[in-house]
Amino acid sequence: MVPRSWRKIRYRYDLRGSYCENCGNYHYPPRNFCPTCRRKGKLIETLFPEEGKVVSYTVVREKEPYVVALIELDNGARVLSQLSCDPDELKIGMRVKKAFRRYGEDGEDGIIHYGTKFVPVD
Amino acid sequence: MRRVAVVGVGQSKFGELWDKGFRDIVLEAGREALEDADLEGKEIEAIFVGNMSGGRYLGQEHIAALIADYAGLAEFGIPATRVEAADASGGLAVRQAYMAVASGMHDIVIAAGAEKVTDVGDPMEILSASVDIEWERFVGGNLPALYAIIARLHMETFGTTEEDLALVSVKNHKNGALNPKAQFRREIRVEDVLNSPYIAEPLKLLDCASVSDGAAAVILASEDVARKITDTPVFIEACTQASDYLALQSRKDILTMKSVVKAAREAYRIADVEPKDIQVAEVHDSFTIAEILAYEDLGFAEKGRGAELIREGVTEIGGKIPVNPSGGLKACGHAVGATGVRQIVELTLQLRGEAGKRQVDAERGLALNIGGTGATAVVSILRR
Repeated sequence: MVPRSWRKIRYRYDLRGSYCENCGNYHYPPRNFCPTCRRKGKLIETLFPEEGKVVSYTVVREKEPYVVALIELDNGARVLSQLSCDPDELKIGMRVKKAFRRYGEDGEDGIIHYGTKFVPVD
Repeated sequence: MRRVAVVGVGQSKFGELWDKGFRDIVLEAGREALEDADLEGKEIEAIFVGNMSGGRYLGQEHIAALIADYAGLAEFGIPATRVEAADASGGLAVRQAYMAVASGMHDIVIAAGAEKVTDVGDPMEILSASVDIEWERFVGGNLPALYAIIARLHMETFGTTEEDLALVSVKNHKNGALNPKAQFRREIRVEDVLNSPYIAEPLKLLDCASVSDGAAAVILASEDVARKITDTPVFIEACTQASDYLALQSRKDILTMKSVVKAAREAYRIADVEPKDIQVAEVHDSFTIAEILAYEDLGFAEKGRGAELIREGVTEIGGKIPVNPSGGLKACGHAVGATGVRQIVELTLQLRGEAGKRQVDAERGLALNIGGTGATAVVSILRR
């Protein structure tokens, strides 16, 4: 899985998506093709705002429970991400911001996967 | 386009079939369908197999050829094709078979669906490959988590409760208890669901269908041929399919499965019926929230009011629109690629009046098979 991770590093480390200059829509993750305008679209890659609000969430009850949330950024794009916070604090509509975090690793000697998680805006 | 009828159905038991292999269960279903139709294998002109992940569940690809071989049909060189759309693979196989007959290319074809999930690997993890692996699964968004996110928002927006979701599971278990081929054949109470452990909040163990082994098969024939073979043809009035964005984050509204709305609308138009004309339905309750969404997206209830149907008993056997009289995915077990075909088997038995203790009174039925979180939807309308 290393080549796939390596290709994605740019996108995992920053909140990077695409903006269509033709229709004004933002897309996350970045696309090569605007789903609204298709060939008439003009996509550029851009950094997205780092804050947004929680649309909905779940606590996945695995051995180490974690929170997965659908987040709407301030430009209207939606991002699925883990949320680092106390599950008791969770609320639909809560404000959150981007943070750089560890996601996991491929075994003891494998590469470590980093990426974007969100944390509550205090 | 020619009219197409179901002339034979068969199904293996669903569950943890440790003592049987993939080829055994497919043949069991296929043989039953042939006997039901009173046909010889060599009369079949083409085979379509719905299978999500032979490669990961069994380490076996080239599934369709394997089945043709072990069904004794390689001898005749009968073409066999595997189709895949995650857990909508079965519905898709039925649709491919339907198109093959409707178009006039073939007169008699078989659509099978099969999955053997208990041999290798983690069944739910492999089923979760139906979501966007790089952008949903990477951050921990497996299938239960994504349906949980939908459920949480449905509850917040429309006042649906965890008890409402539990009622879906209770109803489907009650029906499944009447189905000899279901995996879970015992009734449960609302408290059992509410006290079962959370998988992904608010969804609990008993809100989730188990990923199971199983196979199902249906034989389709053109109207002319069907009338010669059987006195009880069940006609496929429509069989439609639609797509949506793969990942939830790309959808503007995660409380509506646009693929289901589109496929259903088109099916109603082709069959020239309205939602109120549907008298029985088999829908894709991989998670209890999915059945509530199905009520709404199929037009049985307004958006946001799906839970009312389960509270008021409208979808029970004996209610106005019985949904999942088979026990659904929840009680039958979700044999992934087999599920969409099993739904057609159930509707056919119901419309023929051969459904035993779970029989409902219906002339027309609808099946909804979904891939993943709704990026694929297949809707069929059947009439006796």
